[in-house]
Amino acid sequence: MSEITDILGNAAFWVAVLRIATPLILGTLGVLLCERAGVLNLGIEGIMVAGAFAGWLTVYAGAPLWAGVAVAALVGAMFGLLHALLTVALALSQHVSGLGITLLATALSYYGYRVSFPKVNTPPTITPFAPMEWLPVPILSAQTELTLFALLLVPVLAYVLYRTPLGLALRMVGENPQAAEGQGVSVAGMRTGAIVAGSALMGVAGAFLTLSAFNAFFFSMVNGRGWICVALVVFASWRPGKALLGALLFAFFDALQLRLQQSGDALLPYQLYLMLPYLLSILALVLVARKASYPQALMKPYRKGER
Amino acid sequence: MRLERRQATSRSALVLAPICAVAFTMLVSALLVLWAGAPLGRTYALLVQGGFGSVFAWSETLTRAIPLILTGLSATVAFKARLFNIGAEGQLYAGALAAVAVGGLHGGTGFELPLWLLFPLMMLAAALAGALLLLGPALMKARLGVDEVVTTLLINFIVLLGVSALLDGAMKDPTAMGWPQSVSLQDGLELGRLVAQTRVHTGLLWGVALAVLVWLMFKHTVLGFDIRALGANARAAAFAGVPVTRTVVLVALISGALAGLAGAIEVAGRTSYVTLDMSPGYGYSGIVIAMLAGLHPLGVLAASIFVAGVLVGADTMSRAVGVPTYIADVIVAASLISVLVAALFTQFRLRWK
Repeated sequence: MSEITDILGNAAFWVAVLRIATPLILGTLGVLLCERAGVLNLGIEGIMVAGAFAGWLTVYAGAPLWAGVAVAALVGAMFGLLHALLTVALALSQHVSGLGITLLATALSYYGYRVSFPKVNTPPTITPFAPMEWLPVPILSAQTELTLFALLLVPVLAYVLYRTPLGLALRMVGENPQAAEGQGVSVAGMRTGAIVAGSALMGVAGAFLTLSAFNAFFFSMVNGRGWICVALVVFASWRPGKALLGALLFAFFDALQLRLQQSGDALLPYQLYLMLPYLLSILALVLVARKASYPQALMKPYRKGER
Repeated sequence: MRLERRQATSRSALVLAPICAVAFTMLVSALLVLWAGAPLGRTYALLVQGGFGSVFAWSETLTRAIPLILTGLSATVAFKARLFNIGAEGQLYAGALAAVAVGGLHGGTGFELPLWLLFPLMMLAAALAGALLLLGPALMKARLGVDEVVTTLLINFIVLLGVSALLDGAMKDPTAMGWPQSVSLQDGLELGRLVAQTRVHTGLLWGVALAVLVWLMFKHTVLGFDIRALGANARAAAFAGVPVTRTVVLVALISGALAGLAGAIEVAGRTSYVTLDMSPGYGYSGIVIAMLAGLHPLGVLAASIFVAGVLVGADTMSRAVGVPTYIADVIVAASLISVLVAALFTQFRLRWK
């Protein structure tokens, strides 16, 4: 027990929590945007890989770090546009389209990496974002600007969703597209916009891994983080504030299992610690299942004039 | 721009759609080959030859197709009933582990049962392991409304970590020089070779037989009817008296069992032991195959051979001209998307206004 209090009393632990949470916050907000407009986006896992690769490659080619972030967002938006074309314009299955995009984006990124670096064994590195040491806030000053961006995005998104006409229209499209269309809101336009914006965030979430958390691109570096974001959105009942809470809670347990694993009593196989985050996600889904308020039109394709 | 349902399936679209799908996929992969700086014609020729150009190529392709047929059927059964089982990868590993748990050489000898009894027990254990793994998410969906996509996806990670722990611990092969692999199956439990001097094993017959069985189930049984009704319109099906929860549970058991069998057959037919990399995503590919096959059990056979051929061909081609093997995954993903779009246009047309 004292071991755990030791860990919790250490500032480095909380720095790690916030670092682990950052891509989850960005990804979860991205999924939240898509789902609030009524579209599931299982492309997130692949879009994060593509964002991580494209952002890193841009910086490796000599561009500034922020250009890498912009390229990652752009690449994410492109895949989002493809998802919107398939699920909104053509009203195909959102599950299958999303999985197809994950497959495509992952394969394209790995292909691109191998074409660009056919014979490297150790991954080439870049100089990542530096911590914001100028910031007089403990823990946060050890993070990079991308973490600050993710944290600031939470209230911004909440404001847009709940306090602006745009947010109202977006939520309406996800709850009752027929009614929204009746009010003169373009369902297709709204959904496409939400998916593109959400997917851009997913791209940035991926870029955080290669441009801030690490300094290189590895295969399977996203490793299920995208799927966890999809689970976190349900846990958060589609609310930005709760999404932040969920991501932090998740990161807390992830960081804790890392420390416990390192403290190395080896009472349990280390794999059991690694399972914790996934088990926790499922538990969270079950716990909130009864009161989860799904957007009513989630996963329901909308074809004008059909009911 | 909007979509309009066609009065009747268009004949010309039925011919044009697959051609356009193939053309789109070829175009995407051509751009990638050019990016890698390889000669286009030669790369394609090598890819096709490597997958289908010789008896050896066919034997490798069919061997690779066997697990894909089973995971493809697993996805077909589940998706037909709109149970989105993305967990075939985990179910495959659970089946493989169960097979080794029953048929493996524990303590040097394993269970002392006659082989005619042990073999069916091994297959049964694998099917059961896969089925039970999907039962949880199916019940959570039916009872609590928890989305099965997320739960089955997350369970894949849990299972793989569990396999990793077992290969380090309880099921580790002590003679494997520290390499994380499980103990081997007892002699005599392996599947026989279908063609001498190749790796094609009798698992292919299992795959074909199960495809026919699933097809017959869809066509001629009450359960098959219930599944199709549930998939077409869940509310109408419930209203018409289809036992929804029971059907979802049965679908989960069948789908999980098929994926579990994929693992057992892969172990019994190819490796004889479990490793952490025994499946390069066969579970996920099964979903692609089911969609390429239009959720038709017999179509799964053709789609599996196509995907397996691309994967095997890409290996051969990559060794010769140095285009990364990941192009196979791009081809599979691009064909999935283009086939879905093409299929749509046989039912719908675009109206510009």
